[in-house]
Amino acid sequence: MDNYKGVMVFGETTDGKLSSITTDLLGGGRRLADQLQEELSCLLCGHKVGDFAREAIAYGANTVYVVEDAQLKDYQTDTYTPAVAGILKKILPRIVLFGQNDIGRDLAPRLAFRLQTGLSTDCIDLRIDPESKLLQQTRPVYGGNALATVVCQTLPQMATVRRKTMSSLVRDDARKGSIITFTVTFNFSAVRTKIVNRIKQETPGINLEDAHVIVSGGRGIGGLDGFKRLEEIAKLLRGAIGATRPPCENGWVPATVQIGLTGKVVTPELYIAIAISGASQHLAGCFGAKTIVAINRDPEANIFNVAHFGAVGDWKQILPSFIEKVKEFRAK
Amino acid sequence: MIVCCKQIPDPEAPPVSFKIDPSSHKVIPPQGFPPVVSPFDLNAVEAALRIKDALGGKITVLSLGNNLLSDVVKKPLSMGADELVLLEDEAFEGGDSWSTAGALAMAVKKIGAYDIIFCGRQAADWDSGQVGSGIAEILEIPSITLAKDVEIVDGTVRVVRVLDDWYEIVETTLPALITVSNELGEPRYQTISGIKTATKKQPVRWKPVDIGLEPGKIGASGRCTRVLKLFQPARETTCEIVSGDSPDEVGANLATKLKEAKVFKF
Repeated sequence: MDNYKGVMVFGETTDGKLSSITTDLLGGGRRLADQLQEELSCLLCGHKVGDFAREAIAYGANTVYVVEDAQLKDYQTDTYTPAVAGILKKILPRIVLFGQNDIGRDLAPRLAFRLQTGLSTDCIDLRIDPESKLLQQTRPVYGGNALATVVCQTLPQMATVRRKTMSSLVRDDARKGSIITFTVTFNFSAVRTKIVNRIKQETPGINLEDAHVIVSGGRGIGGLDGFKRLEEIAKLLRGAIGATRPPCENGWVPATVQIGLTGKVVTPELYIAIAISGASQHLAGCFGAKTIVAINRDPEANIFNVAHFGAVGDWKQILPSFIEKVKEFRAK
Repeated sequence: MIVCCKQIPDPEAPPVSFKIDPSSHKVIPPQGFPPVVSPFDLNAVEAALRIKDALGGKITVLSLGNNLLSDVVKKPLSMGADELVLLEDEAFEGGDSWSTAGALAMAVKKIGAYDIIFCGRQAADWDSGQVGSGIAEILEIPSITLAKDVEIVDGTVRVVRVLDDWYEIVETTLPALITVSNELGEPRYQTISGIKTATKKQPVRWKPVDIGLEPGKIGASGRCTRVLKLFQPARETTCEIVSGDSPDEVGANLATKLKEAKVFKF
């Protein structure tokens, strides 16, 4: 067990730089590594990813392991699992962190079973127990009704981390670190899956995860016309439109704007929840908002237990004067 | 086809009814809200039924737990599945993804021949999303997660995966394991004749020893992880309800209140 040392972050890149989840994980991982007085490393797997190694060091990594292969250009379970498992068996990190995103959701569980170790997914808090040195992993369960703190009794201790629950260090290009390159040999007959196509889901307007204001609607919005009125306020406040599951399933809004446990997790400055009852599944996606405002007919609706400001009544009747007033304030 | 279905506390029960016994780290079952099959698992049943509708085949449902309720675990049968295997034993209590996937994989081996194993993308209680991939890894078969469409063409399975901002179309050979997301669409209703047939069907019951599980690898004793605590986060927010004599006034007052609280950034 003593052979296992250090904290490793599984790194990802988007649009020619390290993904924000990776720089955030490096920030959180740095804190854990410092507490353990051990190294922080970053693993970069893919095609032409070596260019990002200096960036990972600037964000806090002591060592960057680079695995480059044309076979790793696009993520596939059957190529990444053996490649990453091979590296982890060589490096033996004590802790491995992934983002709770497209790759992390798929790769981390399969990898954990291959390495015969435990994994906690969708963690929102990670800390080192000063006595046992074990990683205490806290994650929402029962649709956000409860939190569970879990430790892993095997090594490496693996976790996937929810977006925006850790923050990155300020980039410092003066930081020093080492870059180590690995090669992998693939057994091509063991790759059983094939990616046929990838289609981008178009979402108009501002990206939900970057929006400072989100105007979100539930089943009670009633249809496309209702969401048009929500768009009016969103535009006024330079915000984006969000929704609970039913409006997405009914096709009133694109599926990409679903906020909740199985949709997007957002942390805007202002979240206006209209005709949203406040099911835990949905709240799991927006509880990080700085200010939550709720408009709902039902004074007992759960949303009022988490909102900071509320109005009870029919949103269709409340909204017009609200919009007028906001326009007035904006004009001044 | 095999579909894994888990009985869980109703996730649609109102949050106020949710209580935890802090000493045992367990959820106290809410009064008046019976358990249900995890909704994502019903999406998985629906995926299997669509293939059965198109190409025929037999669907075996596999459920693991303790204190399983007949009305709950038989729901997939009344939707149109053919057989139900129950892994029911006290020893299965308190398991984690590791021990659960281990037991389900052993049961799949005992069932024998299969083309596809379906699971929900995650169970709507612990939301881990690990068991499907775990079963596939133990059985050494390919896994495709987060399916919204599953189709079989010439012995190859073609899956549309739902990613954060993409749809990805992936093909693989059979046998394979597929986890299904809610985007697949609403599971079909149980029919009256389906419920009648399901009532008559006797589930196959296997104990840990029947599937060759060693005592140290079952439920709580077979875990890789340990729960230190399960708790309800304290809600510190108090909601300031804005009033008014008419809806018009409420709307205007709400805007004024938000301006005073410096919530707007113009």
